[in-house]
Amino acid sequence: MTDIPTVAPQLYLQSRSRWRPIEIVFWLATLLPFWLFPDYLSLASQIAVASLFALSLDLILGYAGVVSLGHAAFFGLGAYTAGLFSIYVWGEVFTGLIAGAAVAALVGYASSFIISRFRHLTLIMITLGLGLLLHEAANSAGWLTGGSDGLQGIEVWKVAGLFSFDLYGVTAYSYTLGVLFVVFLAARRLINSPFGLALRGIRENFVRMPAIGADSNSHIRKVYTISAALAGVAGALIAQTTQTVSLEALSFERSADVLVMLVLGGAGRLYGGLIGAAVFMIARDQFSGIAPQYWYFWIGILLVVVVMLLPNGILGGLSKIFARWSRR
Amino acid sequence: MNAAANPNPTVGRQNALSTRGLSKSFGSLTVANDIALNLPVGARYALIGPNGAGKTTLINLMTGMLAPNSGQIFLGGDDVTALAPQQRVRRGLARTFQINTLFAGLNALEAVTLAVCERRGVTGRFWQNIAVNKDAIEEAYEILVKLKLGDCCYQPTRELPYGRQRLLEIALALATKPKVLLLDEPAAGVPQEESGDIFEVVAGLSDDLTLLFIEHDMHVVFRFATHIIVLVGGAVFTQGTPAEIAADPGVREVYLGARKHG
Repeated sequence: MTDIPTVAPQLYLQSRSRWRPIEIVFWLATLLPFWLFPDYLSLASQIAVASLFALSLDLILGYAGVVSLGHAAFFGLGAYTAGLFSIYVWGEVFTGLIAGAAVAALVGYASSFIISRFRHLTLIMITLGLGLLLHEAANSAGWLTGGSDGLQGIEVWKVAGLFSFDLYGVTAYSYTLGVLFVVFLAARRLINSPFGLALRGIRENFVRMPAIGADSNSHIRKVYTISAALAGVAGALIAQTTQTVSLEALSFERSADVLVMLVLGGAGRLYGGLIGAAVFMIARDQFSGIAPQYWYFWIGILLVVVVMLLPNGILGGLSKIFARWSRR
Repeated sequence: MNAAANPNPTVGRQNALSTRGLSKSFGSLTVANDIALNLPVGARYALIGPNGAGKTTLINLMTGMLAPNSGQIFLGGDDVTALAPQQRVRRGLARTFQINTLFAGLNALEAVTLAVCERRGVTGRFWQNIAVNKDAIEEAYEILVKLKLGDCCYQPTRELPYGRQRLLEIALALATKPKVLLLDEPAAGVPQEESGDIFEVVAGLSDDLTLLFIEHDMHVVFRFATHIIVLVGGAVFTQGTPAEIAADPGVREVYLGARKHG
C-alpha cells in the first residue's frame, strides 16, 4: 500500500508543533546571563525587548508576507501609552503592558484597512509614511509626549508587588524575559493554528488564496492587529524598564533596525527575530565599543554578508547545515 | 453584495452556471464578446478554440478574477456578477490554473487542509492547534488519496514531480467542495502518455459536479466531453455534441486556418 504514509495525517501535523530539544536548550540558555554576564543584564533586557519587537514583525512579514518599514509606530505607541499610563493612572506594570498593547492594537486595526489592500512597494511606502506621520505627531504634541526632550517622570511599581527595578537589571531582565516567553508561547500557538496555516498560504501564493475561498484581506487585518499589539507590548516594556520614552521609539531608524534584525536572524522562522535581535544588539554593543560613531558601518557589512551568503538568515543557514550534516 | 433572490427567468435552476451578454475588452482589443452560455447540472463540457481565443479570459470572468465590462454570471440561477472571487468559491464555483498556482513551500497535506479549513470557516482560529481539526485533516487526506497523492503528501509542493503538481491543482479545487469546476488545461505541460491519467481522474469525479475544461488535445476532448463549446476571437463560434462539432466544416476551417498561420 503505497498510499499510506508512515504517520497518520493528523499525527503528522500535530508532530510539527511539538517542542524540539533545541528549543528547550535555547530557552535555558536565555537564563545564562544571570550567572555568566551579571554586568550585562540591562543589555540582555534590551535584547529581550528587541526580540519581542522582531517577533511581532515576523508575524506579518515572515508569515503573511506583509513588508513594513513603519513598525516602530506601534512600538512607540506602546511605549508612550505605558509611560503615560504610569504617570496618569498608576505604576502597576502588567496593566501598563495591557494598555500599551490595547492602544497599539487599536491603531493597528484602524490602519489595517489600508494595509490589507496593498502589497509590495506600495505597502512599504504606506507603512513608512504612517510611521513618519506618527513620529511627527508625537514631536509636535510636546504637551503630552515631552516632544524631543522625551517623556519624563515615569514611575513604575514593583513587579507583582515584590521586585523593584534595580540598578543591575536583574528585575528588568527577569521581567522582560518572562513577558517575551509568554508572548512567544502565544505566537508559537498562532503559527501552528489554522490561522497560521492561512498566513503561510498568503505568503506562499497570494493569487491562489481567493481561488480556495479565502478572504486574505481579513486574515491580513487580523494578523496586522495582533502584530501591532505585540509591538506595543515591546514598546511598553522599554518604557517601564528604562523609565523614559524618547521620540526615537517612533523613529524610522527603529523600524529599519527591527527589519534588519529579522532579516539577519531569518524571517518566517519564529526564532529568527530572537536570534537576529541578539546578534544585532550584541554586535552594536561591541562595535560601538570599538568605534562609537561608526558602528553602523559594521552592521552594514554584517547585513550584506549575511544576506549574500545566507538568503534565509542565520537560522536558515544553520538549519541547512544541520540538514546536510544529519543526512550523512 | 446581495445576490438576486429571484433567479433570472431565462437562466433557471437547471443550469449550474450561466452567462448572459458577457463582454470584456482591453482598450480596442475585445477578449470576450457577448458570451451567453449554459452549463446544465452535471455537464462535462469542453471549451476549445485557437490560441488567443479568450478561453482563460472566460474562466477569469466567470470566477471573478476579471471584472466584465458588461453582462452577468449566474451560479445556480443566482446573479453572482458582483461577488468577489472568494465569495463565488464559497458558493461552489472553483477553478484550476493553466500554470501551476500552488503553495510552493507547503506540502500537499497542508495546502489541501488549508482549503478545507477555509471552506469550514475555521481559518480565523489563531488560538487552537491545527491538529484539533481532525475531520478537516482527514477530509483533506481522503481527497489526496483519491487523486493518488497520498504517498507524497508530506513532501513540499515544490519538490513534487510536475504531473503530481497538476493533480494537486485539482485537489485544491476539490477541497472547496465545488458544484461547478472550471479546469484550465488540467494536463498542460504533462507528457501525452501521462495526460490520460489526469483525465481519468477528471472523468472519475462525482456525477453531480458540473465540469468545464479547456483542452487542446482533440482526442481527449472527444473522449471526455459530452458537449463542446468553440470559442474564436472572444465569441462563441459554435457549440454542440462532439459529433456535431466534428462534422462542422466551419470549426475545421478555424482550426486548420489557425494551424496554417500559427
